[in-house]
Amino acid sequence: MFEFLTPHQAILIVVIPLLASPICLIVRHSGIAWLIALVASWISFAIAINLLNQVTTVGPISYLLGNWPAPWGIEYKVDTLSAFVLLFISGISSITLIFARKSVYFEIAEDRIYLFYTMFLLAFAGLLGITITGDAFNLFVFLEISSLSSYVLISLGSSRNALTAAYRYLILGTVGATFYVIGVGLLYQMTGTLNIADLADRMPELSDTKTVLISLGFITVGIGLKLGLFPLHVWLPNAYAYAPSVVTAFLAATATKVAVYVLLRVYFTIFGYQIFNKLVIDELLLVLGLIAVISMSIVAIFQTNIKKLLAYSSVAQVGYMVIGISAVTVTGLTSTILHLFNHALIKGGLFLALAAIFLRIKSVKIDDMAGLGKLMPFTMAAFLMSGLSLIGVPLTVGFISKWYLILATLEKGWWPVAIIVLIGSLLSIVYVWKVIEIAYFRPVPDKSSKIKEAPLSMLIPIWILVTANYYFGIATDYTISSALSAAKELMGVAL
Amino acid sequence: MSLENTIILSIMTPLIGSIFILLTGKWPNLRETVTLVTSISMFLVVGSLTHSIMEGERPTITLLEFFPGLNITFTVEPLGMLFGLIASGLWIINSIYSIGYMRSHHEKNQTRFYFFFAISLASAAGVAFAGNMLTLFICYEVLTLCTFPLVTHSGKPEAIKSGRIYLGILLGTSIGLQLLAIIWTWNSAGTLDFKQGGIFDNKLTGVTISILLFLYMYGIGKAALMPIHRWLPAAMVAPTPVSALLHAVAVVKAGVFTVLKVIIYIFGVDTLAGFTEDNWLMYVSGFTLITASCIALTKDNLKARLAYSTISQLAYIVLGASLANGIGIMGGGMHIAMHAFGKITLFFCAGAIMVASHKTEISEMDGLGRIMPFTYTAFLIGSLSVIGLPPLGGSWSKWYLMLSSVEAGYIVFTAIFMVSSLLNIAYLMPIIGRGLFASPKQNPQSKEEHIKNSNFWMGLNFGVVREAPPLCLLAMFFSSLGCIALFFYADVIFRLLAPVAGLN
Amino acid sequence: MNLSFEIPGLINYWIVIIFMMIGLYIVISHGNLIKKIVGLNIFQVSVFVLYISISKIDGGSAPILDETIKSYSNPLPHVLILTAIVVGVATTSLGLALIVRIREAFGTVEEDDLLKSERLDD
Repeated sequence: MFEFLTPHQAILIVVIPLLASPICLIVRHSGIAWLIALVASWISFAIAINLLNQVTTVGPISYLLGNWPAPWGIEYKVDTLSAFVLLFISGISSITLIFARKSVYFEIAEDRIYLFYTMFLLAFAGLLGITITGDAFNLFVFLEISSLSSYVLISLGSSRNALTAAYRYLILGTVGATFYVIGVGLLYQMTGTLNIADLADRMPELSDTKTVLISLGFITVGIGLKLGLFPLHVWLPNAYAYAPSVVTAFLAATATKVAVYVLLRVYFTIFGYQIFNKLVIDELLLVLGLIAVISMSIVAIFQTNIKKLLAYSSVAQVGYMVIGISAVTVTGLTSTILHLFNHALIKGGLFLALAAIFLRIKSVKIDDMAGLGKLMPFTMAAFLMSGLSLIGVPLTVGFISKWYLILATLEKGWWPVAIIVLIGSLLSIVYVWKVIEIAYFRPVPDKSSKIKEAPLSMLIPIWILVTANYYFGIATDYTISSALSAAKELMGVAL
Repeated sequence: MSLENTIILSIMTPLIGSIFILLTGKWPNLRETVTLVTSISMFLVVGSLTHSIMEGERPTITLLEFFPGLNITFTVEPLGMLFGLIASGLWIINSIYSIGYMRSHHEKNQTRFYFFFAISLASAAGVAFAGNMLTLFICYEVLTLCTFPLVTHSGKPEAIKSGRIYLGILLGTSIGLQLLAIIWTWNSAGTLDFKQGGIFDNKLTGVTISILLFLYMYGIGKAALMPIHRWLPAAMVAPTPVSALLHAVAVVKAGVFTVLKVIIYIFGVDTLAGFTEDNWLMYVSGFTLITASCIALTKDNLKARLAYSTISQLAYIVLGASLANGIGIMGGGMHIAMHAFGKITLFFCAGAIMVASHKTEISEMDGLGRIMPFTYTAFLIGSLSVIGLPPLGGSWSKWYLMLSSVEAGYIVFTAIFMVSSLLNIAYLMPIIGRGLFASPKQNPQSKEEHIKNSNFWMGLNFGVVREAPPLCLLAMFFSSLGCIALFFYADVIFRLLAPVAGLN
Repeated sequence: MNLSFEIPGLINYWIVIIFMMIGLYIVISHGNLIKKIVGLNIFQVSVFVLYISISKIDGGSAPILDETIKSYSNPLPHVLILTAIVVGVATTSLGLALIVRIREAFGTVEEDDLLKSERLDD
């Protein structure tokens, strides 16, 4: 029936949520807005699955907007890496939206709920746009679409601290995006093109010029801010901690991942891995990544607010991804790409479980978790199982990415790095187990408490993610082969 | 059914059993029947493999490709066969004991207890039949995690604290060191398959082997080499059946079993024998062996004393393996079996004493032997087997271990073995001595009260004799019988292990 | 280097750098939320100037298809900057809106006071 749309999939995946967003604004009804968002997200998800299949069978897809030929018009490009990222962004968003209905009703005033879905769809469309576009400036526009809407989403949090958190994110996020624009401007000055493929073609002969190297520096800092790369992460913990629960889950699982994707794109597609011979950004990333892993894990251990605890853990996890990049090998990139996907599943599961807990006990303080293992057995079990995945216990996705990361460091002969990465995992045992112990072993403070298990509409999405954590931890074939071929594409190795 | 499917079935049986245990949780009698039936069927399934393994077959089944070129594979070889048989066989006896113990002790959450017990057994079988180091590692970790709820079963503060030590050490060492060692092995050897003679093909220098050996040996926290042995005494807060099966058999034996596997199939005995000057492992295990025995002497709590005894006995096995000759491997492998039967008997007795007389400290047990004659008889048999006196199983394994130290030319270790045996006598015999010959200080619970509180499940009463619950006694009977039988049928184990040790 | 020659030719870039630094300095150093937004705007405007400058060719005219026009400035950066201005306006308005809400919730727009009240809430 819809065959005539098939060639336009690449644009539809972005345009559908983008258009659904103002529709939500017009209907002004919370239930309908939710339904529109849900349907739009699932359609994007379906398209993403289709795109990945097509890319793996046929090869990269190029879509020309308005049929303007590539270097002049804007091109949307889907290769293995972007299809893979599209897939998990839309997947996480679809699952989060099922979950969102009850949670949002609880956390946001009803007359504003339709605005919430409007913004959610905008953020979603922006993230998809960043991933799919083949144009460096278009990327900036989508970056700002997703950022502006996420500032709004964060400010909707129930505590007033959400406002200041959103404001600080806005300032740093804008500085980051502007840095990126400066970088792109300098590139344009040197090459006269904004098309990513075209830039890549022209880069080798220019890679000795100072302007190009400076633009690389600007882009690294700019995206580093978005990424929460240590020490540019200061906005992240508060933003995650005070945002509405659903937003935290969605952003933690997708936003930083898309920033990592941009970094990969810029480094390996535009500049090419040879650039690291000219500028020692890889060593810088390695050091920052290592500091992030250790220091942020330690900070996480001392948090009493579980949302903040997980937020700091996210900064540490970004460290792992960055270490993978800094290896500049196929294995290293594979580990980064795998961890993009895996960490989205892990943190998605953890934050959704936490959102369900918040719905029932109205707190995310660690001390209020006492006895939850008995009161909310299914939610807590989901938290535990995702937590194990965060630690990197075998049969979980966390194990898979850890395996590749350590393999990558050993291939390079980086002994101390491998050891620090493992110390990071040991620290994660501490902060995950801190929560687990209180939830399972501390008795319920109030015997007559009427705390019930979370509703089914929340448990199902949570458990979908938890199952995915284990499914992809055992049947690793699909993710590893996708990540491996994406990494090979980036490194320019024959498939 | 083909041998390959039998392997899968032997791992699946306890898993399926665990589901039924959950389903029948509301009806204790039915639930415990399920446990018993599951354990018996698991033993039968595992047992059905024995003949073919003795004939020299090595059935292998690959489940899925985990990483490119690295599979989840199960294969049965003699050592794994032995471990599988012991674990599943003792599970039957232990289930009988558990029923008696848990009921008379009025433990809570018994369904959870039996559920995780079954899963632990499944992962122990997974460890036993793992076909490569990755598979083994996965099962090893699952075993750690699913025994955690058993260790912390009571939920009391000291249980939580011990649980923290338990999980911290076991998970910490395995993720921090063992995983690193495995990935390193994979990176430099290109395979993780278990291969007789090792997989490194002289690719590594002596120093590298030393470091890698360190990562493996301290990564396998379950083998409880000092100084990472603290989890074992900590885990004694668990209900006695857990201590008995898991911390005398499944968990610790999974540890030393992994040590044997790594030394035989990853490094290769000959590789290790080639660099004896740097072989620090011998000295560390020798040190652990003596020190743990000495600490055991100082412990007044019976379970703690047994725990340190276990640490020492595990070091026997590691020492046997690190001596790097066929006889040492044989002795170590045999000791897995011999010590399992001996130590489980001792733990059964400790639990029986706790149930019947509510005593945990040895100093309080004066004269108890006259009240609990059956329990003390079993304790005597178990002790003698652990000490290594004929006609009990333990004598064979210790014989081979000593022979191996002589063959390797280390008389110092022969001496260590002998001194340790004396220490064994010193920390085990006084318990029996006090029980039989010392006069009881006071009786905290009057006889009438005890009879009033008891029924058939709680314990037997014949006048002066107030014994442990009958099911506990039955279990002790079987396990001590096993100690004696192993003396006479040790040749079966010898023939089973001969190809691994290269002694045929 | 002959500065008297260089500076007039590169004056745009010098201005860009000066503005950029001023803007960033305000964002970082000022505790007043509104002043931060002002600083952010100065920073962004400097980037707009950068883009426009790189597209300018000496003596180039507007890109009109005409026989008489031989050289013309690149129009693309102008278009890009139109987009960036829109983004900038959106950011500024959102920032100001947040400041209004912050003022309602905390009664202040000074960073130091905000940090104190935030810690109390935590």
